[in-house]
Amino acid sequence: MPVVAMTVNGKPASADVEARMLLVQFIREQLGLTGTHVGCDTSQCGACVVHVDGRAVKSCTMLATQAEGAEILTIEGLAPDGDLHPVQKAFREHHGLQCGFCTPGMIMTAVDMIRRKPDLDEETVREELEGNICRCTGYHNIVKAILAASQEMR
Amino acid sequence: MYQFNYERPKSLADAEALLAKADDPKLLAGGQTLIPTLKQRLAMPSDVIDIGGLKELDFIRAEGDAIMIGAATKHATVANSADVRKHNPALAALAGGIGDPAVRHMGTLGGSIANNDPAADYPAACLALDAKIHTTKRLIEADEFFKGMFETALQDGEIIREVTFPHPEKAAYMKFRNPASRYAMVGVFVSKGPWGIRVAVTGAGQNGVFRVSEMEEALAKNWSPDAVANVKLPAKGMNADLHGSAEYRAHLVTVMAKRAVAAAG
Amino acid sequence: MSDKASGEGIGQPVRRKEDFRFITGNGHYTDDITRPRQTWAYFLRSPHAHARIRAIDTSQAEQAPGVVAIFTGKHVAADKLGGLICGWTVSSKDGTPMKVGPHPILALDTVRYVGDHVAMVVAETLADARAASELIDVDYEPLPATISLDTCQNGNAEQVHPEAPRNTCFEWELGNKPETEAAFAKASRIVKLDLKNNRLIPNAMEPRAALGEYDKGSGIYTLHTTSQNPHVARLVLSAFVGVAPEHKLRVIAPDVGGGFGSKIFIYAEETACVWAAAKVGRPIKWTGDRSEAFLSDAHGRDHLSHAELALDGNGKFLALRVKTIANLGAYLSTFSASVPTYLYGTLLSGQYDIPAIYVEVDGVYTHTAPVDAYRGAGRPEATYLVERMVETAARETGIDPAEIRRRNYIRTFPHQTPVIMNYDAGDYEASLDAAMKAIDYAGFPARKSEAARRGKLRGIGMSSYIEACGLAPSAAVGSLGAGVGLWESAEVRVNPTGNVEVLTGSHSHGQGHETTFAQLVASRLGIPMEQVEIVHGDTDKVQFGMGTYGSRSGAVGMSAIVKALDKVEAKAKKIAAHLMEAAVEDIVFENGTFTVQGTDKSLPWAQLALSAYTAHGFPSADIEPGLKEGAFYDPTNFTFPAGCHICEVEIDPDTGITRIEKFVAVDDFGTIVNPMIVEGQVHGGIAQGIGQALLEHGIYDAESGQLVTGSYMDYCMPRADDLPSFTLGFTKTVCPSNPLGMKGCGEAGAIASPPAIVNAITDALGIRDIEMPATPARVWSAIQAATPRAAAE
Repeated sequence: MPVVAMTVNGKPASADVEARMLLVQFIREQLGLTGTHVGCDTSQCGACVVHVDGRAVKSCTMLATQAEGAEILTIEGLAPDGDLHPVQKAFREHHGLQCGFCTPGMIMTAVDMIRRKPDLDEETVREELEGNICRCTGYHNIVKAILAASQEMR
Repeated sequence: MYQFNYERPKSLADAEALLAKADDPKLLAGGQTLIPTLKQRLAMPSDVIDIGGLKELDFIRAEGDAIMIGAATKHATVANSADVRKHNPALAALAGGIGDPAVRHMGTLGGSIANNDPAADYPAACLALDAKIHTTKRLIEADEFFKGMFETALQDGEIIREVTFPHPEKAAYMKFRNPASRYAMVGVFVSKGPWGIRVAVTGAGQNGVFRVSEMEEALAKNWSPDAVANVKLPAKGMNADLHGSAEYRAHLVTVMAKRAVAAAG
Repeated sequence: MSDKASGEGIGQPVRRKEDFRFITGNGHYTDDITRPRQTWAYFLRSPHAHARIRAIDTSQAEQAPGVVAIFTGKHVAADKLGGLICGWTVSSKDGTPMKVGPHPILALDTVRYVGDHVAMVVAETLADARAASELIDVDYEPLPATISLDTCQNGNAEQVHPEAPRNTCFEWELGNKPETEAAFAKASRIVKLDLKNNRLIPNAMEPRAALGEYDKGSGIYTLHTTSQNPHVARLVLSAFVGVAPEHKLRVIAPDVGGGFGSKIFIYAEETACVWAAAKVGRPIKWTGDRSEAFLSDAHGRDHLSHAELALDGNGKFLALRVKTIANLGAYLSTFSASVPTYLYGTLLSGQYDIPAIYVEVDGVYTHTAPVDAYRGAGRPEATYLVERMVETAARETGIDPAEIRRRNYIRTFPHQTPVIMNYDAGDYEASLDAAMKAIDYAGFPARKSEAARRGKLRGIGMSSYIEACGLAPSAAVGSLGAGVGLWESAEVRVNPTGNVEVLTGSHSHGQGHETTFAQLVASRLGIPMEQVEIVHGDTDKVQFGMGTYGSRSGAVGMSAIVKALDKVEAKAKKIAAHLMEAAVEDIVFENGTFTVQGTDKSLPWAQLALSAYTAHGFPSADIEPGLKEGAFYDPTNFTFPAGCHICEVEIDPDTGITRIEKFVAVDDFGTIVNPMIVEGQVHGGIAQGIGQALLEHGIYDAESGQLVTGSYMDYCMPRADDLPSFTLGFTKTVCPSNPLGMKGCGEAGAIASPPAIVNAITDALGIRDIEMPATPARVWSAIQAATPRAAAE
């Protein structure tokens, strides 16, 4: 079995894994970081989004071995010292979550979106959310939260 | 997923050697199509050879009248490249509209065209921009490369190194997305360049990407949206499914072509 | 109510207590829980819509790596487990009870839909279990399948269950047929419409999951599962399936990632996991993937209706008659019989004074996944029918759509409809007026011409909806065939330090009960919200309760808490009277302090709580130690949220794409505890309604019975760029039947929005009807059919 080693939320993580192990399985099952979720099997819902070397990717559509040597950031590592990230704060402030299942992927996507596009408008946020599905909120408050966070982070 | 051996070659040469050695290998670049396929147990390769990290395949170079893009260059990189945006904004826009942001951070040019999904975007760009596909063995003209759904001219053991996109004078890509999957239900790439005028359609046809000579001729006479507006394609040969009939897709080709010409200016 | 806690009081948009764990990745969903020695289950599912099972050979699979055990229907039968049940019995018009085919946990000799459960493989890993399942050799004899609602009742249609001839489970009726016929006979106009209500697949983002465990020492089974109502699950699994006696079965629904009805029901997978955990002596986890969810979650809607509305010469409605065929799927699910009957026919009066109504509903079996409650459950189907009929009547009579509604609104309350319901309060015109103002209804013609100049077709449509929720008075539902009561329970435990745990039978899976319930308790007791903990979802902790669905947790669940708080306050006053040596009648409790009227004597809450437990010097005959009270609240009526949604669309005739340019929702939910949360509920409901109207459709191949829309590649989920931002407004008439005056808000958006959207699209296109979902392809085809010469400009 291949040995894979990466940094997850600033800490080294390595293990012998089956070649077919997905990054999301490594994160959830190997490391016990269950904040990253799996909501579909066709790479569309985005509940599994994490950052690999600073960019949002779908951890259900990446082998753990592909992340060899990479820096991984999951929802648990977004605000390690307890002080919430502005995007986390905005999701709470603007009620951008209900059941919470899509939320970690939404937040990780939003952080990446704001990094890439500091001048967001509503239309852009909606387009950029193409790969994240929420069934509870109708996206109204997610969009509001992301816009508010992007203002805050400007 | 079924079990497989995973290999991460350090060079393209290593990759070729591994490819030659394995029983039933698959190349992995970004994995945005291959991994979902493996997850659904629709493929059972003996070996997965990961060339996604090969630096020698990850580059964008503007040289002379063309842009060379390495096969393992990610969609997001192409979309954001200053060179591509300057010389070939239609290609940058196309790359920036593939899948979703997370997919664009992983998916690669080479992976897309090697797979030749009939609803993929890049094949339309290659065909319409008279692209040259350089492999480890030879140079293949885009016109010769795409051989129908999921079929290409690539032979066993052959790896795409880079694709050369000559600069167009005018070009634009318009996509009508499948409402559910968001893949191209009909995507039309129109271009004008040293190669003349080309109109390539992805998503709509039963045999994958194709050119529309009637539209090309009409645009040669009169480069304007009106020129293609009256070119109606037959429904025969178009895909039909719950998202739309063959007639609807044929109609959308005309609409998207018209809009693409308008956008190309 | 306390002023001190005004920032957290009733009516305040308090930020949610539960959010911290969700935004930091610290939620605990079922699949997040892992047990030592845990095994994994994978279910082998039928690839056929209908087939006889001649034999199942598991011998090769049993030898596969990692396999612990394989179970088939024979094992289930050998253990004499019962099948899954439908908890609501509907009778046909001839008085005979509905015809129910058996619903085994694992198929015995027949499979009846693609995805039906054939075998469960238990293995060391999920990959092992799945790989082994491919080695199971099932000898199927494929049989023809009955899929289409149009033909399923034909004499030659393949039978789903021998117990139900013509695939008909029941032929139900409601209303007064002779009166309705008489009204039609004197009508000056009759409006007719054939309507389809498209099949939907719920798609809560967390797939269903289960973790079954058995403790040999105590004989106790524990099931973690994605349930909206863990106590009901326990009751069914013990009393009907017979997995374990109720007191030896603990069911826990931890954080649950959305339900929308689909997690009310008791399914084969969790049943098999908890049952087999004892067999293999190890915990068994099953986590469905999305493909399994598509195949096996209970679907929603799927009606075929013919409706006729009789009007007099002034546009006044005289009578409505409706014939509906409702798809129940291959088996009856937990509450499926109630959905197209008592949750549907009873709402056909809408907001209107319709003197006579007669509805017939045939519930039919097909070789498809079971159909049961999905957000709104019956009421969206009723509202769609009524509001499409009213709109069509407006167009055919030439009366403005708003005006025809005004002419027919119910204006005095209580109002007894001809279909059981007794509306208690409402002001429908207030919502209509507010919605018309918010969308600038008067300015629509100008916007339409402006759009036309850009080559776009603009349309406007409204929907005046009503729903019955706050399910439901137990006596009422009992008389209509329910096997359960629909009260709710609560227990308020005051701890010696003065903080409080509230145990509720409601279950939150996105609704924010930890916040709203705490707001109620904190403001009543005059303590900060952080001193209130809401406990739910664990049968070991919480007294029996009925769970969350049907927009019932505010009106019913919170009413139970109010009732328990009343008892807590009464007892606390007794203790305060004793401690302050005063008469109970003189004790006043305000802002967290007990005072004796007319004196300066006072006692803060925390001190009273401590005293309740020290109990020093209590007169033992009068005052028991402790401060903990429970209550069961049984509503006296349904509640009737109502309102008006108006939608404005713009259609691109070249592509058929419909864009929602404006969406206004004005709702009357009675008292609102937390407007932020209520708005969120409305947003989500509207999104699901837009999904139904424009995007979503569960489609089975009419011949093979394969689910064509079995993944997000083909089932169109609403995404952010499919939707607009919504404009919300509220009107208020207080619900007279419960202590807080609440009506319920969870389903309104999904109920109200589809007809508003379809009314807008048909307005834009100038056509009579379009089937949902109005996909670009359908809209384009409708344009071609309406104007054949204008094709493909």
